[in-house]
Amino acid sequence: MAMQTQETSHFCKEPQIEEVNTDILIIGGGMAACGAAFEAKRWAPEGMKITLVDKAAMERSGAVAQGLSAINTYLGENTPEDYVRMVSNDLMGVVRDDLIYDVGRHVDDTVHRFEEWGLPIWKAEGSEGVPLEKGGKPVRTGKWQIMINGESYKTIVAEAAKTAIGMENIYERVFIVKLILDDKEENRIAGAVGFSTRENKIYIFKAKSIMMACGGAVNIFRPRQSTGEGMGRAWYPIWNAGSTYTMAAQVGAELTMMENRFVPARFKDGAGPVGAWFLLFKAKAMNALGEDYTVKNKDMLNDYLPYGASKVTPTCLRNHQMLKEIKEGRGPIYMDTPTAMKNLFESHGNDKKKCRELESEAWEDFLDMCIGQAGQWAGMNIAPEETMSELMPTEPYLLGSHSGCCGIWVSGPEDIAPAEWQWGYNRMTTVSGLFTAGDGVGASGHKFSSGSHAEGRIAAKAAVRFALDHKDFNPTIAQDSRQLANEIYLPFINYEEHKGLSTDPEINPRYIKPRMLMFRLNKIMDEYGGGCGTHYITGKAMLEKALELLDILKVDAQKLAAKDLHELLRCWENYHRIWTAEMHLRHILFREESRYPGFYYRSDFNLIDDANWKCFVNSKYDPKQGQWSVFKKEHKDLVPK
Amino acid sequence: MPSYVIAEKCDGCKGQDKTACQYICPNDLYRLNEEKTKAFNQEPEQCWECYCCAKICAQQAIEIRAYADIVPMGGSIIPLRGTDSIMWTVQFRNGNIKRFKFPIRTTPEGSIKPYEGKAQPSMDDIKSQNLFSEIGKTLPTPAKS
Repeated sequence: MAMQTQETSHFCKEPQIEEVNTDILIIGGGMAACGAAFEAKRWAPEGMKITLVDKAAMERSGAVAQGLSAINTYLGENTPEDYVRMVSNDLMGVVRDDLIYDVGRHVDDTVHRFEEWGLPIWKAEGSEGVPLEKGGKPVRTGKWQIMINGESYKTIVAEAAKTAIGMENIYERVFIVKLILDDKEENRIAGAVGFSTRENKIYIFKAKSIMMACGGAVNIFRPRQSTGEGMGRAWYPIWNAGSTYTMAAQVGAELTMMENRFVPARFKDGAGPVGAWFLLFKAKAMNALGEDYTVKNKDMLNDYLPYGASKVTPTCLRNHQMLKEIKEGRGPIYMDTPTAMKNLFESHGNDKKKCRELESEAWEDFLDMCIGQAGQWAGMNIAPEETMSELMPTEPYLLGSHSGCCGIWVSGPEDIAPAEWQWGYNRMTTVSGLFTAGDGVGASGHKFSSGSHAEGRIAAKAAVRFALDHKDFNPTIAQDSRQLANEIYLPFINYEEHKGLSTDPEINPRYIKPRMLMFRLNKIMDEYGGGCGTHYITGKAMLEKALELLDILKVDAQKLAAKDLHELLRCWENYHRIWTAEMHLRHILFREESRYPGFYYRSDFNLIDDANWKCFVNSKYDPKQGQWSVFKKEHKDLVPK
Repeated sequence: MPSYVIAEKCDGCKGQDKTACQYICPNDLYRLNEEKTKAFNQEPEQCWECYCCAKICAQQAIEIRAYADIVPMGGSIIPLRGTDSIMWTVQFRNGNIKRFKFPIRTTPEGSIKPYEGKAQPSMDDIKSQNLFSEIGKTLPTPAKS
């Protein structure tokens, strides 16, 4: 870590311990958490306390921190049934129709709120200035996506959430590292603990219900773009550390589809978005010989029927077609931006003003949501109307809100979910009183920003209802608060105890710094877990090797050392990453088929096997026994496909 | 493309309890060198290039230098964020410059009243599937197959 050596150590000891008693605790500050705050406050009767805790500043936290150039889920004229069919097919048939349908029927209301708060939404000619809610027509790039001027998307959504619950109920720069089960009632959430990243202080929150949504997982696999200075240029936000999955698993919440991952094929090195180029500008991707590999490799789709035969090819299978070209040496893969721009310019009669607008739209796509890609173009002298840009699939990410569906197994909406998929409160996990949304909810992808906000609202309403139904519950935490503080501060203790051994605190045989721990994790996952290094191929023996190495890594994680609060943050993030990685491996090992060709391949079961595996794979960690169980759960279609 | 602080321009947000960059960075990268009263990026290789620091810095003391191990030298992207729009200056390695201006919001900052004009829902509706702004609406369910 490029720590400035002249900095004095910020070692903290004997932290102040603050206990906060609340009714509803929201953990996270991204889209889902903002939706939760907004909805919960409206239903909460007078006196019911709502508290939100975010490890960053809500104004710019979560996956939308940088902004977005599109809202990817707005149904408009489409039906929730159509939405379910699209999501199901893209995620190879194994999803929860009830949860997806539910997002579909609520998401537009949330988008209408965004517009009301001040988010500029592009309008089609003839309905300029007319809000969507009043019949304004959006500019659609695809069936589900609408274009926005979204630089301030998150600041707007955060402002609404902050105003709703009041800054006095919001704790920023506090990182929750662990959930706590109730001491008296079995399988019941009681609270959460964490630390301030700004002062010497531990927080213990006690709540009647908790809505946890802290994003997906990045930096599990070795980053593809760079292992040097540029390793920060992850596609998904680099601060997503798998905390959602890990903290839920550790209290025994059932997980689902943790084998799923997302490998986005994006502009090379900057991971810039391709959606607008494909959908709005109608650009084609090709190999170095100028061949459209989706046409050339069309027959490859026949290996994966019925999913390969759908009108819109699932994302993983498009990767599968591209990977063939890369592996056989017909790269670089290019996005033909000049031809697309030329066609667009011509379709507008090469009108200068219109051409300039189109060029501006192309740049805005990056500047709104992936500024680094614009920097890549500037440094490479790329003007999209003149020069083609390379595409490349990135390292794998774990998430539940974008084109992936790993996450936590939750109760579905009462009016849609079959009996076995509901236990009373919408979006409640299998731990009583613990709710989740956004990247946290498994088997229900393609929510994106708007769907995550809507789902946060759904979960929060149910969490309020739960708190009302359990008014008299008083959470009991068995562990002594000083003991909890010592556990959280262990990396400080490790550092202080041993730092004097060597002349350079970075090199010390008694402890491991969080950065190196993360590199070890990245190496294991890349080499054995189906990372870029093996073109996403893995198999039983490789997975078992990876699990063996992760066990050793977990033991060594007890020797993590932090010299200041920033490193303590990294220690806990990376500890969460190890657990998330382990779940991912266990699930891939259990599912003896390759459900997502192009995202990962089981070399020993290299096809889709619908006869045996058209089912959910769920897992559960038993916190008392310290053991994992992984098992099948029956899948059913609620919407005919 | 890590962000960096221009020594001459940074004033350490004098008089404030925390610097703007420390307040905003989603990845906790900013730190104040108290002796020099200048901020610095303490972990450049974990920078996501979200430009939140560059956009918020009142002194315009933060810029982003392309990742040295990926991008050829010489290009730059500079934001100038106002209350209703943002201006971008894109400078290419070859010296060419492009400028773009985009709207960012249609309402004044701080003006959001989240519940204004929305009826307070009755607690009778807490068990329904409707969100508070959907009360009175009949929600669809999938046709039984």
